[in-house]
Amino acid sequence: MKDRRHALLELGLLAAAALLPFALQAIGEDYYIGFAARLAIFALAATSLNFVVGHGGMVAFGHAAFFGGGAYVVALLMQAGVVSAWLAWPAAVAAAALAALLIGALSLRTKGVYFIMITLAFAQMIYYSVISLQFAGGDDGLPLDARSSLAPFDLGNDRALYWVALALLAASLHALRRVAASRYGRALAGIRQNEARMEALGYPVFRLKLVCFVIGAALAGLAGALLANQNGLASPGQLYWTQSGMLLVMVILGGVGKRYGGVLGAIALLGLEEALGLVTGHSHFYVGLALLAVALFAPRGLAGLLERKA
Amino acid sequence: MTQLILEQALNGLQFGLMLFLLAAGLTLVFGIMDMINLSHGSLYMGGAYLGAAAAQAAGSFLVGLLAAMLGMAVVGAALETLLLRRLYARDHLAQVLATFALILIANETVRMIWGPQPLPLNPPAALAGPVELFGFSYPAYRLLIIGVGLAVAAFLYLLVARTRAGMWVRAGAANREMAEALGVDVRRLFTGIFALGAALCAAAGVLLGPLLAVQVGMGENILILAFVVIVIGGIGSIRGALVGSLLVGVVDTLGRALLPTLLRAVASPEVAGHLGPALASITIYLLMAAVLFFRPQGLFPARA
Repeated sequence: MKDRRHALLELGLLAAAALLPFALQAIGEDYYIGFAARLAIFALAATSLNFVVGHGGMVAFGHAAFFGGGAYVVALLMQAGVVSAWLAWPAAVAAAALAALLIGALSLRTKGVYFIMITLAFAQMIYYSVISLQFAGGDDGLPLDARSSLAPFDLGNDRALYWVALALLAASLHALRRVAASRYGRALAGIRQNEARMEALGYPVFRLKLVCFVIGAALAGLAGALLANQNGLASPGQLYWTQSGMLLVMVILGGVGKRYGGVLGAIALLGLEEALGLVTGHSHFYVGLALLAVALFAPRGLAGLLERKA
Repeated sequence: MTQLILEQALNGLQFGLMLFLLAAGLTLVFGIMDMINLSHGSLYMGGAYLGAAAAQAAGSFLVGLLAAMLGMAVVGAALETLLLRRLYARDHLAQVLATFALILIANETVRMIWGPQPLPLNPPAALAGPVELFGFSYPAYRLLIIGVGLAVAAFLYLLVARTRAGMWVRAGAANREMAEALGVDVRRLFTGIFALGAALCAAAGVLLGPLLAVQVGMGENILILAFVVIVIGGIGSIRGALVGSLLVGVVDTLGRALLPTLLRAVASPEVAGHLGPALASITIYLLMAAVLFFRPQGLFPARA
């Protein structure tokens, strides 16, 4: 019974989210349709990282490499004349997954803080490589001439991009839930709780974690492909370590390992930034204070707070 | 060519010593308390701003340097007692969240006080010119930095290796619980370490200020280098931090100066032009990845 109520609530929320652009248009706030698309994209990126951190138990501090990398793949392909989203976006996903396979295979030899640091190092390597490549636009980034072509759909306006991002976010959330509930997801949960025991039981721990890392990166690559379309630009800032930090902050803020942790975190952080930006030129100061309060007083994030209420 | 190499090696030494000032405090925080402090770079930025402002007000670089070190030591001690202390027992994620928040707060505070433009910070007038050195001229100011860096490194070595407080620090880094059980007041010791670390950060910020820009975001760039140093050297080890700093400083500086030229010798100019700078800027990360791969505990593990 409770499950069905939950499912209905989720469907209701999804429907409301899908209708959001009409509501925004009705009150004449078209600008916020683009902002909503941005929210959905970052929600997807944070969700992908939450899968790695929350389910895989790996504190990855280099997720920007896959997120920003996806954006660069789309921008580079567009420069080479590949406009179709049906080609470019899967390419972004594949590139991110392949990069994660290599980085993960090397990084997973380490544990704890060393894993944090080595993922950070690999992401920084990618950042510095990209900004020193002239054909990737160097420090200026790589602008997109137009949005990807998702024929038969038209991505030209922000509303369409928002719907696509929302649909991909919903599909990803659904898929990740199925994965978490599968035999594989159970094994991951076991590894998170007691890695040595799972090893002793004969589970291929290394491979299972690597797969988790790759899945997270692939989804981040997809989010990056969307972000390039939203911004009209693949920029080095999206690859920099502060972007990895931002995504990690979203996950922790929303709730590590919680189904909607990434979504809540992205909405809360970007929403707060936007709202404070309306009243003060120094929004980051207050965002920082809010994050500090969460770190000190809400160890399980916003999702944890909501659960306690419910 | 030898002259270029010598000059760049000196630059690398100078940069490495400054990295050591940053890494010394960070590695102890990391090693003893198992705490990831992302806001360490903010202490460096704060020091640079404080120093630039004080130097301008007093008309003296030295006054600026001392004011920055003192000011940031106070800020560091306050930060540790009021906030960071609560995070030691928490997991790394909470530490990342809280100290990332501190970065945002620090950057915005600096912007509120000094505005978005970089602050000017000039080296002392007496050291503005070059000096003759082994047949080539080298900026006197950079020599001063090398001198100060060596002095601080020697001071820290004596402090850690020869004094009672240093013994406590080493004991804490090797095994905190055991040190506590044997009567070391690690908490109080730690406020001291943090204040000292913050003062060293400030010194690095002020000394590097005339060479790099004093601007918002300067801490984020150098923080990651400090982490690279620490991981290479071994988390919690001062000696490791020194070796790691010099290694990173020299490899990074020499790599940037020489790799493009070297590549041109073996590859076409076009390939070298693309690949050289890219390769040069990632050498230290490759170095770190290699160290982690072959010696996961770093070169000088603090924990036996």
